[in-house]
Amino acid sequence: MQKITAAIAGNPNCGKTTLFNAITGARHHVGNWPGVTVEKKTGIVKHQGTDVELVDLPGTYSLTAYTQEELVARNFLAEERPEVVVDVLNAGALERNLYLAVQIKEMGVPLVLALNMMDEVRRSGKEIDTERLSELTGCPVVETVGRTGEGKGDLLAAAARHANENQGDWESLRISYGPDLDPVLEEMESMIAEAGLLTDLVPARWTGIKYLEHDEDVVLKGRMADSELSQRLEKMAAKVAEHTKKTLNAEPDAIIADYRYGFIAGIVKHVVRYPVLDEDRISMSDNIDRFLTHKFLGPIIMLGVIYMIYKVTFTVGEIPMGWLEAFFGWLGDTVSGIMPEGLLKSLIVSGIIDGVGGVLGFVPLIMFMFLMISALEDSGYVARMAYMLDRVFRTFGLHGTSVLPFIVSGGIAGGCAVPGVMSARALRSPREKLATLFVAPYMTCGAKVPVFLMLAAAFFPKEGAGVMLTITLTAWAMALIVARILRWTVIKGESTPFVMELPPYRIPTLRGVLIHTWERTWEYARKAGTVILGISILLWALMTFPQMPQDRVEAYETQRAEIAQKIETVEASGAQNQVAELESRIETLENEQAEEALRGTFAGQIGTALEGVTKWAGFNWRVNIALVGGFAAKEVIVSTMGTAYSLGEVDPEEARPLAERLSTDPGFSKAAGLAMIIFVLLYAPCFVTVVTMARESSWSWAMFSVIGSTALAYGLAVVVYQVARNFV
Amino acid sequence: MGKAFCLREAGVNQKLKIVTVSAQGELGRRIRDMGLIPGTEVKVIGKAPLKDPVALRLKDFTLTLRNSEADHITVEPLED
Repeated sequence: MQKITAAIAGNPNCGKTTLFNAITGARHHVGNWPGVTVEKKTGIVKHQGTDVELVDLPGTYSLTAYTQEELVARNFLAEERPEVVVDVLNAGALERNLYLAVQIKEMGVPLVLALNMMDEVRRSGKEIDTERLSELTGCPVVETVGRTGEGKGDLLAAAARHANENQGDWESLRISYGPDLDPVLEEMESMIAEAGLLTDLVPARWTGIKYLEHDEDVVLKGRMADSELSQRLEKMAAKVAEHTKKTLNAEPDAIIADYRYGFIAGIVKHVVRYPVLDEDRISMSDNIDRFLTHKFLGPIIMLGVIYMIYKVTFTVGEIPMGWLEAFFGWLGDTVSGIMPEGLLKSLIVSGIIDGVGGVLGFVPLIMFMFLMISALEDSGYVARMAYMLDRVFRTFGLHGTSVLPFIVSGGIAGGCAVPGVMSARALRSPREKLATLFVAPYMTCGAKVPVFLMLAAAFFPKEGAGVMLTITLTAWAMALIVARILRWTVIKGESTPFVMELPPYRIPTLRGVLIHTWERTWEYARKAGTVILGISILLWALMTFPQMPQDRVEAYETQRAEIAQKIETVEASGAQNQVAELESRIETLENEQAEEALRGTFAGQIGTALEGVTKWAGFNWRVNIALVGGFAAKEVIVSTMGTAYSLGEVDPEEARPLAERLSTDPGFSKAAGLAMIIFVLLYAPCFVTVVTMARESSWSWAMFSVIGSTALAYGLAVVVYQVARNFV
Repeated sequence: MGKAFCLREAGVNQKLKIVTVSAQGELGRRIRDMGLIPGTEVKVIGKAPLKDPVALRLKDFTLTLRNSEADHITVEPLED
């Protein structure tokens, strides 16, 4: 059976993904392109006995070397040499969309044009002469409507036919780039062809164009292949650049772009007919924008929308999350009941079931968040949010879209950094995205809230609400300040240009939103799940081993037996009030045993060893263990501290005993409480977040975030403690 | 035809034609990728609540541009 590869290219917002889903019927594989976090989707469909493998290239406007997306798309074409490329065009903005098509033609790959969103074009009264377009471009042209699937069969057929008819060498589209560049390009082309420079991958003319455009990626590859020839080509390009700068006040890349657009304008003139009076007709989208991006109304509506995303994610998402928690709780109890006491049981219940339960517990949150964010993105509103907030966030080296990760992570107290970090996907600017990922976990996520409430109850009993508000504002301030510092230091550089399309408002399709949500959720559950299970078991081991020595266990057993005996004798004598007192002594004893056991484990040893360092921030070993445990999940902090303070397992929702214990502990002052608040707010994100962050950026960035944030948290905690000690 | 001036100074709803685009490197490339080249007709259709960035209407679509980016573009008013 024959097999062909068809790459799907196109601008962002051209409906490429919708069309791809329509063709593959959502039976596709989602992964990442090797080495980068750009998403790669592939799917195989059968067409008349031929297997057509569709590869969805990242959405790009161009094929330069400036963004990861463009490099990925271009390298795929050059290195994998697909049999055919389908360029999906937003037929409503044909001129700009053809700019990418021209560049693909310059590479010489057999090209089929899909005129997508034809329904919108027909509604607007515009007319497009498809046959003429096909004649003038030399490419088969198929009209499609991604939302309804119209034309997808014809498109597949055209792609398969065009691939079969154009086997063999690629022929570069030859257009004129003007009297200054043409002769130089001709000469370069023959030199490149003669020497065979990169000609196994791309046509000689294309390489020449890239030398003229001073394309760093191609020049670098050229140097590696033939440094002597590359040098000559670079010199030629530099010489003509100097000339054009003097005579035309323009670099060759600008001239090339102008001629490409000139070529396109020539085509479009013959192909598109605009309805009369169109110019004064105010489109529906512009009308909506009068309200949604209005000076006063715009920000208010945006606040409402943000609040709604947040509310729905966490109030609706909480319901299935509760079911999952209940299920895993039940599973843990059942397994506990069946299995004999011992290490294996502890591993399965505390390590595996709790670990997997913790991971899956986030799934409903991620689902609901993506349901709403995909719908907002598909509707075009996210672009407006970025537009309205850009001025504010740019001051801190971020991007308008950074607001989403911030809010979902807990910009309104009670969010969660895991879906928050995942929502940073909407950010197309790499530097801004890294900074956002780093600081989003500073927000007060739902798991940190009980810690703050407990500390507030202990040290500021009457000012709980005020303390929470101050903490949330501090989180925002720290996130913005740290982002600014990062963008001045580790990820410095110009802010990514904000030349961004404001797509017309569209009603999102349920199908599109569901597919998108399913892809994200499944990706999280599958990929993150395996890593997280491993770390969960590791953390379980840290808090379990080494176990308490046998003689100590026996000592506790003997004491317990003694008290039990006493209870029996007292019960026999009928003094009920003494029984209660004795029973509470057993409980105290068991709590003491748990404390001692915890202190002996690796986590306890780490906590104790760290006391020398953390004493400057006012933390004792008990706090240290809790903070180490908090790396597993911040929920653990309160319960671990409870164990360390011999209170048994403290329920984070009902932490009054711990708060009382802390406020009366002479070794834990109010200043230490303040220092702990600032530390918990800023230190390493929980490892589920770290794993997610690594998937969105890289492991080194995630590790840098863990170390950097912890160092910052420690530094500030020390300052807070040392200052506050003298005042409160 | 009026005199060329910087796009930053353009008023809302004024019809304009691009005269020069002087941006280079990545910014220049991005501006040109979106079809902002000499000769293109544009209209500022709105400004963000903090006056920056602006929404720019081209023949077939709308895009956003920061004031600092508009500094690289000169335009002239277009009379009907």
